[in-house]
Amino acid sequence: MQSTENIKKKNDYLNKNSFDIVGVEDDFQEISRPRVSYYKDAWRRFKQNKVALFALFILFALIIFVVVPPILSSTTFNQIDKLSRNLKPCSDHLFGTDKLGRDLLLRVAVGGRVSIVIGIAGAFITSILGCIYGGISAYFGGRVDDIMMRIVEILICIPYLIIVILMSLILKSESIGTLILAMTITGWCGVARLVRGQILQIKSEEYILAAKAMGVSSFRIVTKYMIPNVIGIVIVQITFAIPGYIFGEAFLSYIGLGIQSPGTSWGALASSAQPMLAYHPYQLFFPSLMIALTMLSFTLVGDGLRDALDPKMRK
Amino acid sequence: MEKILSVENLRVSFNTYAGEVRAVRGVDFNLHAGETLAFVGESGCGKTVTAKAIMRLLKEDIADIKKDSKIIYKGKDVLKMSKKELQAYRGDEVGMIFQDPMSSLNPTMTCGNQIMESLILHRDLDKKEARQEALKMLKLVKIPDAEKRLDSYPHELSGGMRQRIMIAIALACNPSVLIADEPTTALDVTIQAQIMDLLNELKHELNMAIILVTHDLGVVANFADKIQVMYAGQVIERGTIDEIFSAPKHPYTWALLKSVPKLSNENKQELYALEGTPPDLILPLKHCPFAKRCKYGMKICHEIMPDATNMTGSHEVSCWLMHPDAPKIEADFHEEVK
Amino acid sequence: MKKYIFKRCLYMVFTLFIVITITFFLMKAVPGDPLTKMAKNLPEQTKANFYAKYDLDKPVFNQYIKYMGNLVHLDLGESVVYAGRSISETISTTSLVSASVGSIALVIGMTIGIVLGIVAALKKNRWPDYIVMIIAILGITIPVFVLASLFQYVFAVKMNVLPASGWGEARHFVLPIIVLGFGPIATYSRYLKSSMLDTLDQDYILTARAKGLSERKIISKHVLKNSIIPVVTIFASSVVGIFTGAFIIERMFSIPGIGFYFIDSVNNNDYTMILGTTIFYAALFIVMQLLVDIVYVIIDPRIKSSIMK
Repeated sequence: MQSTENIKKKNDYLNKNSFDIVGVEDDFQEISRPRVSYYKDAWRRFKQNKVALFALFILFALIIFVVVPPILSSTTFNQIDKLSRNLKPCSDHLFGTDKLGRDLLLRVAVGGRVSIVIGIAGAFITSILGCIYGGISAYFGGRVDDIMMRIVEILICIPYLIIVILMSLILKSESIGTLILAMTITGWCGVARLVRGQILQIKSEEYILAAKAMGVSSFRIVTKYMIPNVIGIVIVQITFAIPGYIFGEAFLSYIGLGIQSPGTSWGALASSAQPMLAYHPYQLFFPSLMIALTMLSFTLVGDGLRDALDPKMRK
Repeated sequence: MEKILSVENLRVSFNTYAGEVRAVRGVDFNLHAGETLAFVGESGCGKTVTAKAIMRLLKEDIADIKKDSKIIYKGKDVLKMSKKELQAYRGDEVGMIFQDPMSSLNPTMTCGNQIMESLILHRDLDKKEARQEALKMLKLVKIPDAEKRLDSYPHELSGGMRQRIMIAIALACNPSVLIADEPTTALDVTIQAQIMDLLNELKHELNMAIILVTHDLGVVANFADKIQVMYAGQVIERGTIDEIFSAPKHPYTWALLKSVPKLSNENKQELYALEGTPPDLILPLKHCPFAKRCKYGMKICHEIMPDATNMTGSHEVSCWLMHPDAPKIEADFHEEVK
Repeated sequence: MKKYIFKRCLYMVFTLFIVITITFFLMKAVPGDPLTKMAKNLPEQTKANFYAKYDLDKPVFNQYIKYMGNLVHLDLGESVVYAGRSISETISTTSLVSASVGSIALVIGMTIGIVLGIVAALKKNRWPDYIVMIIAILGITIPVFVLASLFQYVFAVKMNVLPASGWGEARHFVLPIIVLGFGPIATYSRYLKSSMLDTLDQDYILTARAKGLSERKIISKHVLKNSIIPVVTIFASSVVGIFTGAFIIERMFSIPGIGFYFIDSVNNNDYTMILGTTIFYAALFIVMQLLVDIVYVIIDPRIKSSIMK
């Protein structure tokens, strides 16, 4: 098994002190690999995901797009210019103009603000509501959990969009506020179920039992053990929910229940451009492109986040 | 007894984000027909990886079996087998049972079907014949109400019963070698004893060679013919069961024997536990891997790897204490083990 | 087993009852009443007649009782905008139209999605996987109306091979089904890929390999069945997705389905129609949930056992 070279090398080591007993080394507890915290590791894994990074970059670009041009521009998005109706994209109007001569680039930018705000606000509100509801339900368990979940089950049965439509009718949604309210009234149910399921699973895990056995206070258990394990899922959930809300707003505008003029949103722009698809396709193209790009980017970032935060993926 | 399995210089590494983890570092051993060989060692010493390598069950995309490793089964190198040869080898020549019988059985397939699958594949039986054979297997592993159990699902059975099903599946085609990877670790002590008794009977009835992978020396005592003690991916001592239990030479083996709780222990005696942890296998380790934890570690132990010293034909130790110039140390485990 | 199904049916009826009640009172909460617009210019007597006809002169609770009573006979009343048009009749004819488009799209989409998902899982990290994932991402993120517009533009306006809208012939089915089918393709391929990868990681697959089974046999006999079972859970929500998509598709392609009439009634403030359609959708969804639960019990032996206990 050993070559003569090795044997020679070994003999080189032998000297009169070689067989002195040294005993156990004190630093045997040293760990050779650097400790990596959960979040640092997750961030490292996220960075490795080129697609997700690219999507993140696109999101930043989009945000800059919706914020900057209207500020820099000399005209407003509402400015009607009867002489420049329905122009194709040109040097004066990079996205062209609509049927009232309004510059489309500005309209898409301003509309983008509304759509993105609704998307993020809707996602955040429902996720936080859902978290709290699901968390309380799971934490108390027993009858409280039963009743709370029955309510959620019944609410989930009513198709979400139907509720949104009804709510819009009832609240006569003219402003962003009422629109968001209509969309979030039952949106939190899905998140509540998800969070509740997650917490119930954690509750029964052995490390919680171990912590309790060690005498860790309930408060610490919730803050240091449960919440960090749920946060990952919630963040991913929020990221995935945003495109849903952007789409929801676009859908409502499409059927005439969303943002009304003078305000505008991507959905409203797409809706009004639809009848003239054959003649002025660019009017539909740009808002649609923005919607698709935003939804795509959020979904890819969400995918990346989910993969990065999943402890099972640690290799 | 003919030699049926011969492993030479097996080296397996895993590619991780932190670097190359050398899990198995040059393991050799021979297995003869009807012989029982036990791999003993702490978690992470490489015994399961070695066992899985014998059947080439390691995931190809993360496990790297080095080029000059050889696993020779009845004259053929397993590592060079074609897909077809490999499929004929697995299940028919060598069978394997795993640690956790609940997750190792398909939850949506009846126990009978899982046994029959092997039979239909390797013995070319039709369904009726296979069912009869499967029934025979269930009776062989002493499952009560065998006829009914053929149509049960794994979750309907207790842990001990599931492990018997696993054994039935592995033995269905009467393989020459059975590899048992920690078969009793997930079971209660009483069930453990039952399963080990069953394996003992079966090995005599079927004249089967067994490789038993375990971290529990107590399980090995009345079961194995030979033992190889593994540490940090290497075999540090090997021998017959008598040699290891009555005249072990490696300080790690002493520690393992000391840590087996004995009924003769006094009531308030502390259980012996070896301090420290095995080395991180990412490190290359050009010296004895046990040196840091060894009470008798010498300067040379921290500098270079010891040779394997052959005491008798079957008893081999890799320790610098065996060197003629080293101090003579008495095995210090006799005090507790009687 | 039968007891379980019976219990679930009861539960379903109960839920339905609550949902209908909530919806009914929600509709009544909409400001103004259904007839204000129409009745503005009518003489007093005619107005009174109209109100009486739709029971709007009675207290809300009485209206509720009457409505529920009629509901048992499957009578949903009449449209307020198109006087004389029976809502139940409208719903039954239009829902058939929607169902034909929707179910074909769902079946085709599901099948393609499942196949693609399997391919993606088996060829993980190689080009078939990437292609499938791109298709899936596009299907999920591109809004239905964008996709529809795109297809209309390319195939109807530019290439002129398919009609941009209309109903009545086989060719009218093509574009709507393609557009609607994207959603299920995307959802199922993603879900199935992840389900298969999970299954492949399981210990019992190692046992199967140790038996000497070929990869093909392992996939077909062990992996597939266990991977498809979880897919049943998303069936209900994919049906919902088809309905959502249908709202837009029917409008854009001028298909006289229930979605089209629903949007129409929303725009026209046709309250009775809105109420009727909402109830229909809710009932459909609830029944779907029940079916999914029952199927789940049938195919997964573990759940079957826990039910039997």
